[in-house]
Amino acid sequence: MQMRPALLLPEILVFVGGLVVLLGGSFLPRQRQWIARAVAAVALLGATVAAAVAMAGPEQSAFSGTFAVDVATGAARIIAALTTLLVLGVASGELAGSPRESDTYALLLFATTGVMVLAGTTDLLVLVAGFLLVSIPLYGIVGLTGGRSGAEAAMKTYLMGALSGILLMLGVTVLYAVAGGTDYALLRDALPGAPAAAVGVGVLGVLAGLLFKAGGVPLHFWIPDAAQGTGGTAATFLTTVPKIGALVAVYRFVATISEGDGSWLVVAGVLATTSMVVGNLAAYWQTDPRRLLGWSTVAQVGFLLVPVAAAGRSGLALPSFLFYLAAYALANVAAFAVTAALPHHRELSDYRGLARSRPGLALALLVALLGLVGTPPLAVFVGKLTTATAAWDGGHGWLALVVMLNSVLSLFYYLRWFAPAFARPTDNGANFPGPGGTATWPAATAGVAATASLGLGILAGFLWAALEGPLLF
Amino acid sequence: MSMLSLIVFLPLAGAIVLAAMPTIGPAVARWAWVAVSAVELVLVGVLWVGYEDPGQNALAYEQQVPWIPGVNSSYHVGVDGLSLPLVAMTTIVFLACAVYALRQPDRPRIQAALFLFLQGVSLGVFVAADLILFFVFFDLSIVGMYFVIAGWGHGNAARSALKFFLYTFLGSLALLLGFIGLYVAAAPHTFDIPELVAATPLDDSPLTGGLVLAAIVVGLAVKTPTVPFHTWLPPAHTDAPATGSAVLAAVLLKMGTYGFVRIAMPMLPEAWRSWAWAIVAIGIVSVLYGAFVALAQTDLKRMVAYTSVNHMGYIVLALGAAGLVAEGAEQARSVAVTGAVVQMVSHGLITAALFLLAGVMQDRAGTYDMGSYGGLAGPAPRYAALFAVGAFASLGLPGFSGFIAEFQIFAGSIAVAPVTAIALPGILVTAALFLRALQQVFTGPTEGRSPGFADLRVRELWSVGPLLALSVLIGVLPRVLLEVIEPASAALVSLVGR
Repeated sequence: MQMRPALLLPEILVFVGGLVVLLGGSFLPRQRQWIARAVAAVALLGATVAAAVAMAGPEQSAFSGTFAVDVATGAARIIAALTTLLVLGVASGELAGSPRESDTYALLLFATTGVMVLAGTTDLLVLVAGFLLVSIPLYGIVGLTGGRSGAEAAMKTYLMGALSGILLMLGVTVLYAVAGGTDYALLRDALPGAPAAAVGVGVLGVLAGLLFKAGGVPLHFWIPDAAQGTGGTAATFLTTVPKIGALVAVYRFVATISEGDGSWLVVAGVLATTSMVVGNLAAYWQTDPRRLLGWSTVAQVGFLLVPVAAAGRSGLALPSFLFYLAAYALANVAAFAVTAALPHHRELSDYRGLARSRPGLALALLVALLGLVGTPPLAVFVGKLTTATAAWDGGHGWLALVVMLNSVLSLFYYLRWFAPAFARPTDNGANFPGPGGTATWPAATAGVAATASLGLGILAGFLWAALEGPLLF
Repeated sequence: MSMLSLIVFLPLAGAIVLAAMPTIGPAVARWAWVAVSAVELVLVGVLWVGYEDPGQNALAYEQQVPWIPGVNSSYHVGVDGLSLPLVAMTTIVFLACAVYALRQPDRPRIQAALFLFLQGVSLGVFVAADLILFFVFFDLSIVGMYFVIAGWGHGNAARSALKFFLYTFLGSLALLLGFIGLYVAAAPHTFDIPELVAATPLDDSPLTGGLVLAAIVVGLAVKTPTVPFHTWLPPAHTDAPATGSAVLAAVLLKMGTYGFVRIAMPMLPEAWRSWAWAIVAIGIVSVLYGAFVALAQTDLKRMVAYTSVNHMGYIVLALGAAGLVAEGAEQARSVAVTGAVVQMVSHGLITAALFLLAGVMQDRAGTYDMGSYGGLAGPAPRYAALFAVGAFASLGLPGFSGFIAEFQIFAGSIAVAPVTAIALPGILVTAALFLRALQQVFTGPTEGRSPGFADLRVRELWSVGPLLALSVLIGVLPRVLLEVIEPASAALVSLVGR
């Protein structure tokens, strides 16, 4: 049991990168803030490389067993870093030359560090620290980039965040009390013998806090508001990156406590089902594309919770879960990037005729949305297939049925968006800005993410091998 | 790259090139489409000539490359006597559509790309030997057809396309659920079709086996479609462009029936035998319902669409009968399966021809309403002749492929289960409705929209003509086709009897 801080190199790189951007950005003139962006990108790429190198090595734990460097942590680090890199691509169009540019980049990096901590921790106290490290920069990001409606979104996010932070700490306190420690290995051994009611309160409190961060039912209300109210950069980030850390943390936590008590897997299945159903039904009649996507991410959290119900019961559960995370991140970023490339098209009907004016952007949108539906051979299809298979393999065949039914439900509202985009334009239809200008960056990001989503699906076999490995508690 | 991969990926590559290069002109795009489809036909011809029956649960021209080893899914392709005829039929129908569309003015480059894409994925479904690969192509065919209907359709195309997409997507997910069930039940877990056929994973668990079969049958029944899952079909056909309807009826519907012989029957023989009567009943209801509802139609395209429900019903009926295992009935069941596969090919050729001919009607006069025409044989004798040939072929007149198919279906089915004879009136009703349509549209004084109706043009003749000629050829010389199908049907029947 030692410190071994070198194992946290990716987190350190991103955090130090954030500090450099924050301090250095204050000394950069407005038109040369791109240097801050470049520094942020370098930090994220460095973290990716460091995480990949760590993944190639054996599983280890750092800081006296409170932080696991295993396949789940490694995958979450890489997905979070690369997704934040894509978010920088969206930001390059929206924020370039804005007064708070480098501050936003710094906050993005700090929040990403928190995401990595959340994903890797195997101790409840570090979990709380990670939660706060994600939450606090997030409030700033939502508020800074959103203008007037962003203030409301930030307020809502903050209030929900404060509430769920309290629930999380309450849960941690109760679990500490009944188990006599906060280490996961200890919880695994001590909880089965502890009073069931207290354990129930504690576990549900922790799950509530993490579900806020992930944007899952029942603490999802801030997601659609924030996605709609804030800017494109913040919306892309907050619906993608925090989920990565929070969901990996949920997986690790549920895997820990379900070793002694399998009924927690059923709870995970029920949470998955409610998120899927609520998110899909609420998305049905939305007319704002960002709000629709916001609800769709709630549903996607449900799909992502499906393999959690098979944690430890099926060998497919962990790799399918991590694969789906990567696939979801790409598809979701692509969809949000399209909305960021068309910032003034805030109604689904505004997209009518997009395919004639901007075929590339329409194609990226199609790939993103079909990807979220789970159309083969896109990456989310492989994710949905393997997660549903894992659930059935783990003894929850009904969850596979729920996944399929919800996929059909989701197709309808995605179709409401991309069907007009490919329809004939009306005579007095919305005018689309030509390619070029500030929207080039988000449009290019959408293209990159959509292409990657296709590539990841076709080359799924290569990645899969890297995602198989034991989970540390 | 193996021959089959070339056949699947050549049109896909063509589609990408056409879609990615806006500088390609309309004429080049149209002829490139024809050229690629023609090359495909040549390749399939080479395939057919070199084909030798691979034996039970084996495939010819096999190729296997690992894809997602974590779930034992691979890029695995191959053909046998059940799939090769459908591969051939698919390439012929797509070539006919390419020729038919040579004058089509609306975005020809994108249309050509979309159809080449559809051709590639349709062929992919028929050669896939892995459940996930099958599903990938199956699902992509739905996406492609959605855009064909929504983009080039008429009338209420957006709504019909939406209904088609949602309905068939629901079916495809039911199918996927069944696939996952097979995977989880198999030891070791695998999605490989020959391995699953060899393992018959759910033989000892009637409940799970029944549920998995139910999921797969629902999925395939939506696609086929059988009653009561057929409601998406008439609007999709009515509002689709002529070439889209032809491909939808000829190729996409066959994915459903092909799924029965490739997946449901050999992998779940126990469950198939237990539920064979239910399948037979679905078949009989589809035959009679499709025929009687078609009789009530005044819209030509809707009428042909409902006859598809009727014709697909014969196939389901025969496949159900093949599950009724009785002493000494091996031969009869095998005949029924052969008839079903011939019917898939025959219906593909004939219905594609009929839908292309219906498209001519829409082109010239803007309506499919049969009451709006009369005496059309006067101004358009070639059109009338080809339509009559198509109609007679479709109603199963001897000398056409439909007769070979339906005769074998009933000969096999009635021998196994005499009660299936109650589906026979379906043939009579289809005969009546086609004769009535011929009489109403083509005979009598030239009136309504008929005067001035221009006769078939060269490209229309050369797209519809070969399809009907092939139907006659199969009707007169069935051995060429039967020699390929018969060993495979016998193998399938013995797999179901395990």
